[in-house]
Amino acid sequence: MAERPLPYAELIARYGPHLNYTPPGGYDEQRENPPDRLVKTHCCFCGQQCGIQLKVRDNQVVGFEPWEEFPFNQGMLCPKGVRRYLQSAHPDRLLQPLMRTPQGFRPAQWDEALDFTVARLREIQERHGKDAVAIYGGASLTTEKSYLLGKFARVALGTRHIDYNGRLCMVSAGTAYKLAFGVDRSPMPWSDIPKAQVAFVIGSNVADCSPITTQYLWRMRDAGGRLIVADPRMTPITRNADLYLPVRPGTDLALLMGMLHVILRDGLEDREFIAAHTVGFDEVAKSVQAYDPLTAARKTGVPPEAIEKAAHWIGEAERAVLLHARGLEHQSKGVENCLAVINLALATGNIGREGAACSMITGQGNGQGGREHGQKCDQLPGQRSITDPAAREHVARVWGIRPEEIPQAGLSAVEILEAIHRGEIKALLSICFNPLVSLPDAGYVREALEKLEFFGVVDFFLSETAQLADVVLAGSLHEEEEGVVCSAEGRVIHIQKAVDPPGSAWQDSRIYIELARRLGKGQYFPYESSREIFEELREASRGGPADYSGITYEKIDSQMGVFWPCPSEDHPGTPRLFEGGRFFHADGKARFLVTEWRESGDPVDGDFPVWLTTGRVVSQYLSGTQTRRIGPLVEQFPHPRVEIHPRLAEQHGIADGDWVTVGTRRDEITLQALVVRTIRPDTVFIAYHWPGGRSANRLTHRTLDPRSKIPEYKVSACNLRKAAGPPDWVRSELTPEYPRPASGLKVVG
Amino acid sequence: MFGYEFYIDPERCIGCQACVNACAECDTHRGVPMITVDFLDRRNSIATVPAICMHCDDPTCAEVCPADAIKKGEDGVVQSALKPRCIACNNCVLACPFGIPKMMTKLELMMKCDMCYDRTSVGKRPMCATVCPSQALAYVPPELIARERREKPSNVFQFGNQTVTTKVFMMVPPDVPAVAVDVVDYLWEENP
Repeated sequence: MAERPLPYAELIARYGPHLNYTPPGGYDEQRENPPDRLVKTHCCFCGQQCGIQLKVRDNQVVGFEPWEEFPFNQGMLCPKGVRRYLQSAHPDRLLQPLMRTPQGFRPAQWDEALDFTVARLREIQERHGKDAVAIYGGASLTTEKSYLLGKFARVALGTRHIDYNGRLCMVSAGTAYKLAFGVDRSPMPWSDIPKAQVAFVIGSNVADCSPITTQYLWRMRDAGGRLIVADPRMTPITRNADLYLPVRPGTDLALLMGMLHVILRDGLEDREFIAAHTVGFDEVAKSVQAYDPLTAARKTGVPPEAIEKAAHWIGEAERAVLLHARGLEHQSKGVENCLAVINLALATGNIGREGAACSMITGQGNGQGGREHGQKCDQLPGQRSITDPAAREHVARVWGIRPEEIPQAGLSAVEILEAIHRGEIKALLSICFNPLVSLPDAGYVREALEKLEFFGVVDFFLSETAQLADVVLAGSLHEEEEGVVCSAEGRVIHIQKAVDPPGSAWQDSRIYIELARRLGKGQYFPYESSREIFEELREASRGGPADYSGITYEKIDSQMGVFWPCPSEDHPGTPRLFEGGRFFHADGKARFLVTEWRESGDPVDGDFPVWLTTGRVVSQYLSGTQTRRIGPLVEQFPHPRVEIHPRLAEQHGIADGDWVTVGTRRDEITLQALVVRTIRPDTVFIAYHWPGGRSANRLTHRTLDPRSKIPEYKVSACNLRKAAGPPDWVRSELTPEYPRPASGLKVVG
Repeated sequence: MFGYEFYIDPERCIGCQACVNACAECDTHRGVPMITVDFLDRRNSIATVPAICMHCDDPTCAEVCPADAIKKGEDGVVQSALKPRCIACNNCVLACPFGIPKMMTKLELMMKCDMCYDRTSVGKRPMCATVCPSQALAYVPPELIARERREKPSNVFQFGNQTVTTKVFMMVPPDVPAVAVDVVDYLWEENP
């Protein structure tokens, strides 16, 4: 059904991605006409949520100015932050709803587009049941929008299937932290990092994915601390690592268990802390007995001496921070990996003190806040479980419905696609999500979307996914609607509206409120402003682990953010969790949980002998819907390249800049090689921000972690061969102004 | 800004190019950056290095300029070439020991970093040093650098027989008094 209405070349010629290089009217115009005002807000690209000031003139964002008073980043930004303003006033911006016709998309009035959407959703629900409709959300939405979306799915549509692209982000960490600590949040403010004597960074490319965190690590080293980095690649922070552990993709668990083995073997554990504040230690101690350094070394490819040294540095330090991100979490044993980090922190008493904690580094803009208030398939607002009768009762009361009217837990993001393939889900309404680029096994994703009887998308640009939609509702950018988000630290901050949506585009929340009204549920969505949604959210979260009830917009502004939980208006918030060894479980104790080794869901063999791992570059954000439209960011890294060690490259006769075909059990793509000594010789790396022929996710597989349902992006098996020449995408998938791949040996990455 | 100095620590650079992008966005630059970040040797290393004008005490660029177009202010900042004087001869580009000046061929004008004069004169830090997320570029009081960094600042560079002292400091390991970059500096000759 939902095939593209026009050939790809025609769609991109009309809707982009085109590249925006200058502010509205050009630099000279801006220089002659100073901005009307500076709006203090935050960057929309990544969970660091740096403070930034947007220059605004005539209801347009025309530039930026650092915001040096905001404590987290003190004016610092990465290139995405510097150029973020170029997404505003962009020529590709959707200014009104679009409806698909056999000849392509045509502009539509809001009434027509909304009525059509509601009619299709109703008809499908009447024919196939409420759960035949699913909702996709996103973790770049404000917390108000995330909350609204969860309520929309459960109250306006009555479907249990709502999930979001945070499912591709840190859900493994969230699951592990809830199991071990009873709550899902970074346990520390980032100001704790420089206080540590050792920082252990595993599976986190800090420099590219959370650049501001770099200076916290450097400050730790300035104070005499030591940095340990575990990664299959030497990422930029490795240049100052005191110890580098070149772990083989998918084997982090063996490394972590080996480290705990050494700590316990040599008596470096904190017996007092373990006895007073934890349960389950003995079972975990037993489970790592077999993971002596040599065994761990054989699995991981990390020298046994280095494993010993890392364990000793952490075990002997008074204060250590253990930081992890998608490298650990994007595995079919992602939850185990995070639990193994937690076990290390608990065993050494590194939690709940200044400069001592383990923490995930949340990736998406509102990666933390977006998962707290109800767009996760199994959660209600306040980070409550949807299966908990008390939680259902509380939220039902706030929503003005009966508890039994709240649907039970639904399917996760990838499972929703599988249900579409099975014919169980017939309609999908998606916002802030570009699954065709971001979900694994892109061919499978496309087939699912094409099977839908109705596909509606809310977006501000026509993303690759939106190209398949029946109706596209023109929504709002980050700077066009007020709200809050929660940063990687757990700090709730205030996103200011800088400008109105242009043309006939609407604020996202207005779209969902209007859809609810037309579904006959308007009385449950009476909001006139983001603030009114936030006030209800505060009540809905009251008493839950993520308690926002004491947070107000004014308090956020006066305190430069409020760390949750914040249970009353006179409460200052909680920058550091678990102080005094008090955890969120009913007995106040943390859980040691046994981790068990398993192989990856896509193991290497004779046909696919090389590991493939994927990740990000500093100048692009996620599926690139926004950042692939910003000229200077595109020029910085125009196309993905295959990073290959010279030893592996030589085996295949591949030189730097050569075209290489990378194949997996799903598909193959052809990219240029980047031959570098900064990656393991048994592993290749491809960044995933691009669509079509450049899409790394055509190669990845759909194996999920059984508990977190996160896909295993970081571990696939592949093979390589030198290609005869440039692939089709060079000719067919780039708009005319898009930089062409360099033909010579110039290394751009 | 009184009491502030500029420090470069290439070892802390993560190659993100926030500085390059921010420099281009500075009001007076109209999209053209006056700073570069390069890989030293990407095949063998992830190391990157930012390069900005070092603002020499006796600027070689000005010394070799036949049109007297390059001026140093009382604040020690060496300016871009003066548009009415510059003859686009490239002498400065070739002579600068740090390789900083760029010839803007279309404008027939040498342009380079002026340490964000428009910002520092109104109490703001230079754009690149404000946004740098990794402390590779910093514009801070010297006391802060002395207190917080493990490396020491140096502003004396030896290029063969030429000793260059600069306004901008380079962070170096604590036991290195001056940065020598030429093998000649390490040679021994009986009668030099």
